[in-house]
Amino acid sequence: MFKKKAIAVFGIFLLSVFLLAACGGGENESGSSESSSGDGDKTVKFMHLWPEGSSAQHHKVVNEIIADFEAENEDTTIELEVLSNEQYKDKIKVLSTSDELPDVGMTWAAGYMQPYVDGNMYAALDDVINKDDFVSGTTEAFSVDDTTYGLPLELNISSIFYNKAIFDEYGLEAPETIEELNEIVATLKENGVNPIALGNKDAWTGSMWYMYLANRLAGDEDVLTQAINREISFEDPALVGAAEEVQKLVDADSFVSGFNGLADEEAKSMFMGEQAAMYLIATWDLPNFTTNEDVPQEFRDKVGYFKFPTVDGNGNTNNYVGGPGVGLFVAENSDVKEEAKNFASYFVEQWGERAVTDVGIIPATKVDAGSLDLPQMYVDVLDDLNAAENITLYADVQMSAEDAQVHLDMIQALFGGEVTPEDFAKAHEEALEQE
Amino acid sequence: MNKVMSNKWIIFLYTFPALLLIGVLIVVPLILSGYFGLMDWDGIGAMEFIGLENYITALQDSKFWESALHSFLLALFSALSLIAYLAVALILASKIKGANLLRKIYLIPMLLSSVAIAQLWIKIYNPSNGMLNSILRGLGIENPPTWLADPNIVLFAIFIPIIWQYAGFYILIYYAALKNIPESLIEAAKIDGATPLQIALKIKVPLIMNVFKVTIVLSIVGSLKYFDLIYVMTSGGPNGASEVMASYMYKLAFASYDFGYGSAIGFLLLIITLIVTVIIQKLTASKDKIQY
Repeated sequence: MFKKKAIAVFGIFLLSVFLLAACGGGENESGSSESSSGDGDKTVKFMHLWPEGSSAQHHKVVNEIIADFEAENEDTTIELEVLSNEQYKDKIKVLSTSDELPDVGMTWAAGYMQPYVDGNMYAALDDVINKDDFVSGTTEAFSVDDTTYGLPLELNISSIFYNKAIFDEYGLEAPETIEELNEIVATLKENGVNPIALGNKDAWTGSMWYMYLANRLAGDEDVLTQAINREISFEDPALVGAAEEVQKLVDADSFVSGFNGLADEEAKSMFMGEQAAMYLIATWDLPNFTTNEDVPQEFRDKVGYFKFPTVDGNGNTNNYVGGPGVGLFVAENSDVKEEAKNFASYFVEQWGERAVTDVGIIPATKVDAGSLDLPQMYVDVLDDLNAAENITLYADVQMSAEDAQVHLDMIQALFGGEVTPEDFAKAHEEALEQE
Repeated sequence: MNKVMSNKWIIFLYTFPALLLIGVLIVVPLILSGYFGLMDWDGIGAMEFIGLENYITALQDSKFWESALHSFLLALFSALSLIAYLAVALILASKIKGANLLRKIYLIPMLLSSVAIAQLWIKIYNPSNGMLNSILRGLGIENPPTWLADPNIVLFAIFIPIIWQYAGFYILIYYAALKNIPESLIEAAKIDGATPLQIALKIKVPLIMNVFKVTIVLSIVGSLKYFDLIYVMTSGGPNGASEVMASYMYKLAFASYDFGYGSAIGFLLLIITLIVTVIIQKLTASKDKIQY
C-alpha cells in the first residue's frame, strides 16, 4: 500500500518538475527581453570569430573596443559570443534559417553574402559608411546593386612565407620564377626537408596555389574572375594550364606528405615548427611572423616572404590573390538596429586604428604607416599592397555557395591526382553554366 | 501497484512528458524535413515548391549513392566487430584477474567526446610526425601510407577509431548479460565435462542471443546515421572518399546552401534506416523465448 502511494507521488513530483522547468524557462526569457526594451537599456548581440586561443591579439582588441564603446554609451550593453571560423559559419547558417541572426556579426563578401542579401537578412549600411575611409575595392566587395551591406574589416594579400634559416643552410635564395622554385624544392628534398607546408583538407589553401598559377599564366588578364562572371569559358588555356602546373608541383613532391588530409592549422604548425620551409598564406597570419609574443622571437626573426613567382616567364608579380576578409553586418530584423549600426561603425573606425598597431594585420580602412613604428615585414607588405595592380578575390568567396563547393572538391581531386586538368576545368564550366 | 497502473490517467500522466518531448523534438522535425525536401530553398530566402524533384535528383545522384555505400560498409564492419566485442566480454566474464579494471579501461573511449577522439586520431594518423607513421618508419618502411589523405585508405582509417570508440559500450552490455546467466547452469555443464570453449559457445552465447540481436540493430542503425568522427577528421574528403550519408546531407545544407536538397537526403536517410531496421528484425526474429 505504502509503495503504491510512493510511486504515484513520485510520478506527480516528476511531472511537476517538468512543468516547472518549462514555466521557469519562459519566465526568464520574457524577463530579459523586457529589460532590454524597457528603461533605455539596450543589449546588442555581437558574434565574432576570433577566439582567444587561436587569435589572441584580435580577441584582446575586440574586447577593448567593446569596453570603450560601453563606456561611451552607457545605456548600451554588448552581449558577446565567440566561435572559431568553421563553427561560426555553421552557427550563422542555423540562426539565419530561424531568423535569429545576432544584431551585429561578421560576414564574408561577394558570393558568400549573396543569399543573405537576397533573403533580406542584412541591413543596408549606406547611411553609416564613409567610403573614402576605406581602401578602394573593399566596400565594393560588400555591395550588391550599389548598396553596401557590410563594413569591411580586413584586407589581405597572399604571399609565400619562407624560413630564412633553412634557405641559408642550403644556400638558397627567394625564387622569382617557378623554375627557381622547383630547383629549391629539389634541393630541399635531397636534404630531407619538407619544402612546402599545405593543409588541403580545407581546400581553399590549395585553391590559392591554383589561383596564383592561373593568374601568372594569363599575364595581366584576371581570367579566373572573368570565368566566374561568365565572360570567358573556364576551359580557357590559362585555367587548364594552371591545373597542369598544380599537378607538376604535386608530382615533384613539393608539398608535405598527406597534405590532402591536413587542416590548414596543421600545415601552419609544421611551418612554424620549422618542419617545412615554405607556406603560402594571406596576411592575416602576419602577426604570427612579426608581433605575436606567443611565438618565439627566434622563429619570427627567421621568417621572410616572397611574391608568388612567375610561370614560364609569364605573369605580373604585382598581381595578388587576396581581398577583403570579413566585414561586419547588421541584422535587418534587429530590435536595436540604430544601436547596432552605431556599434558597427564605431567598431570599424576603432579597428582601423588598432588593427595596425595592436594586432598587426592590415585593415580595410586606409593606413598612415609613416607615423607609426611598425615591423619591417609589415611595412613591406603594405608597400606591396599599395603597388598592387590587381587583386583577385578568393575563388570560393567569389562563387555562389554551390559552385564554391564544386570548386573546393575539384581542388582536392586535382591535388590528389584523381582528375585530369581538362576534366577539372570541365567540371567548373558545367557548374558555372548551370546558374 | 496493479491498481495504480490500471488507472488510465496515471498511465497517461507517466507517459505524457516523454511523449511531449519526443513529439516536439523528434516527430515534428522529421515531418518538417520531409516537407522541406519538397522545396527549392537555400535556407535563408523564399521557399519554392518543386514537388518530388529533390528526391528524384537524389536517387540519380551518384555522390549520394557513393556515400550510402560508405555508410553500409561502416554498418557491415561495425556488425562484424560485435563478434570481437563479444569475445572480449566472454573472457572478461570468465573471472580472469583484473577483469574489473579492464572493463573500466575499455569504457574510457565512451567517456570521451567524439571531437576529442577525432583530434587524438588525427594526431595518430598525421603522415609526417604521427605516432603510426613514426612506428612504421622505425620498422624500416620508407613510404608509409598517408592515411587520411589517401582516398583508397581513408574510409578504413576512420572505421578503426569508430569501432574503438564503441568497444566499451558493447562490451559492457555483453558483460552485464553474461553475468545474468545463472551460475548453476555453468556448473552443471562443468560436471558433465564441458570444456570452457564449449560452455562459452554452446551455453553462454545462445543464452544472450536476444541481447546480441539488439546490439546488431543498434550498431547497424548507429552506423547508417553516423556523422561526428567523419566530420571532424576529414569532412568527408579527400574529394568525397570518406563521405557518408549524414555528412553528405550536412554538406549540401550547410556548405552548398541547398537546404531543400539536404532535407530530402535527410529524409531518405531516415527511410533507408527504417527499412534496414525492419529487415534485420525480421531476419533475427526468433519464436522461442529463453528461460533460465
